[in-house]
Amino acid sequence: MTSGSNGEAIRAEGVGKTYGPVVALRDINIRLAKGEVLGLIGDNGAGKSTLIKILTGFTQPDQGQIFVGGEEVKLRSVSHARELGIETVYQDLALVNQLPVYANMSLNKEAVHRPIPFLDKQEMRDRAKAHLGDMGVRIPSVDTEVGFLSGGQRQAVAIARAVYSDARVILLDEPLAAMGAKESAIIIDLIQELRQKGEVSIILIAHNFAQVVEMCDRVNLVQHGRITFDTLVSETSVKELTDLVSAEYRTRGIG
Amino acid sequence: MTDTAVAPPRSQNIWGRVGDFLVRRPESTIALVALALGAYFALVNPAFLTTANIRVISQYMIATAILAAGQVMLLISGEIDLSMGNVYFMTPFLVFFASEAGLVLPLAILVGVLGAGVVGYLNGAISLGFGIPSFVVTLGMGFVINGFTLNISDGFPKRVPSTGVAAAIFGDANFSGLMWVIIIVIGMHLILNHSRWGVYTVAVGGNPLGAAEAGVPSRSIKMRNFILAAMLAGFAGVIEGIRVGSFDPGAGVAGTKVFLSVAAAVIGGTLLSGGSGTIIGAFFGALVLAILQDGFNLQGVSAFTFTMVLGGAIILAMILNSLANKARVRSQSARL
Repeated sequence: MTSGSNGEAIRAEGVGKTYGPVVALRDINIRLAKGEVLGLIGDNGAGKSTLIKILTGFTQPDQGQIFVGGEEVKLRSVSHARELGIETVYQDLALVNQLPVYANMSLNKEAVHRPIPFLDKQEMRDRAKAHLGDMGVRIPSVDTEVGFLSGGQRQAVAIARAVYSDARVILLDEPLAAMGAKESAIIIDLIQELRQKGEVSIILIAHNFAQVVEMCDRVNLVQHGRITFDTLVSETSVKELTDLVSAEYRTRGIG
Repeated sequence: MTDTAVAPPRSQNIWGRVGDFLVRRPESTIALVALALGAYFALVNPAFLTTANIRVISQYMIATAILAAGQVMLLISGEIDLSMGNVYFMTPFLVFFASEAGLVLPLAILVGVLGAGVVGYLNGAISLGFGIPSFVVTLGMGFVINGFTLNISDGFPKRVPSTGVAAAIFGDANFSGLMWVIIIVIGMHLILNHSRWGVYTVAVGGNPLGAAEAGVPSRSIKMRNFILAAMLAGFAGVIEGIRVGSFDPGAGVAGTKVFLSVAAAVIGGTLLSGGSGTIIGAFFGALVLAILQDGFNLQGVSAFTFTMVLGGAIILAMILNSLANKARVRSQSARL
């Protein structure tokens, strides 16, 4: 790789991971440019989630190197990855249902008055409103308890919070799982908004190829622990992606 | 985009607005129950609204309200302290011995309350350190403290060490107990609703994993709540002891103190499952329990029957509360 680090958010080279006799990742090479939205597709068990876990510091690879902003790093833990600006957003893990949206947005980054450190709720509300407004996230009110939001709205708030906390690389493991069309639209809109701004880079796992084409700049196909196909979305189609993923089963003699 | 600023629709007429308020503030329903009970007893018994009787009601609620304030913080953060009743009875003896050793009453009380805090620290350290549910740890701790109290007191009550201004402030003067209740309730309400400590308490109880992910210091927040609850229990024990005029080892009734605090918290809208609760609600919960106890006394209901009625009233209050909670969830969801 001589392409230099300019405009590069995260890169993995020759990354492999074995669980006992099971080879989860063989030789992964992946590169995410700044501001880019990269879709990971592939069959269940192909290694997508393992790759996400490695990039987020949750799992350490057996071999290979990872570069963040062009510099090689060993991601020791989730919090270490987070310090480097890499954040995973989990659908149900991230938010506290009993707290209002603004408190969730500023959890662990609360605004307080001086000298008595009471919460500056107005400031927190204003920040949350401005920030969500910026990203085009629509919710009834920042005072609403998160538990009363729909799944799509919750996910959107969780992503917005990750961006708010200076995440530069956001990893989304099936952000649209178990969501209806209306809910999915909220997230798709948000990701397109972020893509336009180009301040954060996103890797997302998805199974619906139409949505992948809608959200992403580039698509990587993961098969048997390897990236077997890397293309710009503008140069592919839902049909081609579908054919690629199902090809290995067809050649085995079903079709 | 403009949606972020849109307020939920408000009802136009006054009753609609009252209804809105009731569903938005969980503590308002229990405050209404307290008001209704008060009105009922005032109607059926002219003695109810006299100053002397109101003082009795305030005395009934002092211990429960203060214990409940600490218990609410623990319950919201997903923990419980069953040793509070025993700490309540232990602390006055610490004050007694500190006083015997020559400390003036305020300092002796400080020593006692710090001693209570040590018990809270042990509860937290054992429960969080070994990952044992606080229910079990504090249950055991309650027995330990009870035995300890009986040992240091030889099982006999002690006279309150001093009189005068200090004693008057700390429980002896009329309504001084109520004054402390109000100070503590306002203080704890501010902590729960207007400080990081409060937000984190809700976060660790509502979504332990998510709170940890966001970097909320779960352990130290829970530890603070354990220590705070024990210190409040100790302080309540001291001002009640001073009011009554003797420090009693309280063998056998410590459990009741704890259960009343949990009852007040739950009647006031705090969930045993964590993540949700209010200090003001627990205050009104304690008030309801005190009004029931006092009202039944005035009506001449026998103590045996009274206990049954009280238990039934607690269950009924909780049923009504859970119905109100469901209505609240429906109205919130409907609004979105």
